[in-house]
Amino acid sequence: MSDYQLKMAFIMPTMILLILMNIFPLLWSLYLSFHRYKASMPAAPRFIGVRNYSRLLADPEIWGYFQTTAYFVILAVAAQFFIGFGLALLLNRDFRYKGFVTTLLLLPMMLSPVVVGLFWRFILSSDNAGLLNFFLSPFLKSPIGWTTNPKVAMLAVVIVDTWMWSPFMMLIALAGLSAVPKSLYEAADVDRASAWFKFREITLPLVSPLLLIALLFRTMDAFKMFDIVYVLTREGGPGTATETVSMNLYKLAFRNYNTGKACAMAYILLIIIVALSNIYVKYLNRVKGEAQET
Amino acid sequence: MGSRKNFVHYLILAFVAIAVIVYITPIYWILATSLKRLSDITTRLPKFVFDISLENYQKLMPPEGVADVTYLFLGEVLVGLLLFGFFSLFNVRLPRALSLRNLGLIWNSVFVLTCLYSFLSLPPMQSRLQTDARFNFLLLIVCTIIAYLLIAPWRKTGGLTSQTLKKQRLTFVLPSIFGTVAICAVLANGGSKYFYQLLNSIIIGGGSTILAVGLGTLAAYAFSRFDIAGKDDLLFFILSTRMLPPVVVVIPIYLMYSALGLRDTHFGLILLYTTFNVSFAVWLMKGFIDEIPKEYEDAALVDGYSRFQTFLKVILPQSVTGIAATAVFCLITAWNEFAFALVLTEVGGRAVTAPPSITSATGSTGMDWGKIAAGTFVFLLPVAVFTFLMRSHLLRGVTFGAVKK
Repeated sequence: MSDYQLKMAFIMPTMILLILMNIFPLLWSLYLSFHRYKASMPAAPRFIGVRNYSRLLADPEIWGYFQTTAYFVILAVAAQFFIGFGLALLLNRDFRYKGFVTTLLLLPMMLSPVVVGLFWRFILSSDNAGLLNFFLSPFLKSPIGWTTNPKVAMLAVVIVDTWMWSPFMMLIALAGLSAVPKSLYEAADVDRASAWFKFREITLPLVSPLLLIALLFRTMDAFKMFDIVYVLTREGGPGTATETVSMNLYKLAFRNYNTGKACAMAYILLIIIVALSNIYVKYLNRVKGEAQET
Repeated sequence: MGSRKNFVHYLILAFVAIAVIVYITPIYWILATSLKRLSDITTRLPKFVFDISLENYQKLMPPEGVADVTYLFLGEVLVGLLLFGFFSLFNVRLPRALSLRNLGLIWNSVFVLTCLYSFLSLPPMQSRLQTDARFNFLLLIVCTIIAYLLIAPWRKTGGLTSQTLKKQRLTFVLPSIFGTVAICAVLANGGSKYFYQLLNSIIIGGGSTILAVGLGTLAAYAFSRFDIAGKDDLLFFILSTRMLPPVVVVIPIYLMYSALGLRDTHFGLILLYTTFNVSFAVWLMKGFIDEIPKEYEDAALVDGYSRFQTFLKVILPQSVTGIAATAVFCLITAWNEFAFALVLTEVGGRAVTAPPSITSATGSTGMDWGKIAAGTFVFLLPVAVFTFLMRSHLLRGVTFGAVKK
């Protein structure tokens, strides 16, 4: 077998699988997005041009869901960033059982969001034996209805997502912190630099590329958020207080079976995600290149 | 000065301890709730002191009681772990006739025989799900035997290096792993819905992991070693398929599977999860293969190996760690996956995995949190174990192999 044949034999199965299971269905949904079609009805798709798109873009409710999503992304990613980076700063020293402690902290991010998210509903509950309300009870007059009060429901989702994913930030920040050469700090000590100066001038610049990767990754992931909202606040409730774009898309496609419109919505989402992931991969390659040079 | 530094050090450690408590409390609470009686769960304030009871776990078991073979398997799982621990901790000299290798052979044969015995002694089939469970059990036995033939160390006896010793000790763990799966299979056959779904999760996760890692390793080797036109674009394309929101992808897949009759089938989900994981496997494996020096291959090529032989005999053995790490990550992803399983299976259906079923327990009135907690804990346990085993590769795994330490 020549090298060329081997190369093809090795790559082609993966490519064919991805084309069959990703590209082909996406093309089909592109076709459907220009049609009126309900998957629950026997009627064939009827061509209606860009009307699905124009209706969606003119619908103020859709922008409301985008707003909800943006609100969630900003709150959750910011919280994860600060908590995760803070934890990494705390952990960036030698102590006994460090590996064990770090892994314990990393546990939440490996667990199934939907299964753990469901149980969080019990922890956050306000009527029977809610653990969080119990711990907060010295500071509160009455228990907070985390998942039933529209005003705080989003906060509940943010809390659960932060519990799950701040370890992710911590892991990456810790990798960045441990790669900072000790000699830099020693040199700064000789010059009697303050702790704040060392943090600002040495730690931050050297860790920021990795932190940015983590931020981008989390932003994209949070943007797609579906699982936790599905179980924690019962499909984006109360009302539409926590209905993210993904959740709305799910309802459109599998509750109302408005397939044509859902396909159009999916494409709007797709364009945003592809743009985001483009930035992400470009950046990933750059950091990789820098890492190889040093 | 020194004492002040010490004080700061301990203060920080105290903060770390608080953080660990905060992060672990929800997981502990799952365990605690699963061990409580119903009357201890539905109190107004959470109860921290309670009588331990196993009634929630009993709710997950088959309604007609647990078959005796389950305990047989449980015993084998424990004995396997004990043997492994014993031989790893103590350097025991065994008589020649009963070498570690022969002992492993005997132990694994016993396990395979138990599997066959328990398969033959299964209760008569009543429902369709039980027929499916039986088929899955048979599949498990076949897979076990194939796995033994492929990875069993007794095929080669290359002297008593520490490497072969390590491999021989590992044979004691194999029955423990397969035995755990067999327990799920026996309980599913007994009529336990929950273990039927766990078995589905294992089959779908395992099948898709084997396919994804296999395909991914091949593609990663090609991307790592050959010049490919538009390599960066292709790699970006592969990664971007993973970045798509599941809800977006699942709409056309749903239509496609409905047309092809693949909905609520094991094959359909395995195919989808393979697609989902293969991009991840390619990126992660490329990182691992990039690290193997090219000189190894060049030397093998000079010795007259073909490219393919080089791949089999040089690259694959060198990347065993990478393959294992990638496989565990694919397994965890498939195990935890929710959106695809929710749309493409039906609750109570044939191929439904554990996550949609655990979450569909949402009743209109009160929820049985004890039962949910028990199911959740059983579901989380393997992931937690794998997380600890994989802890040195976690960083790589979550960043698609971009960040290495």
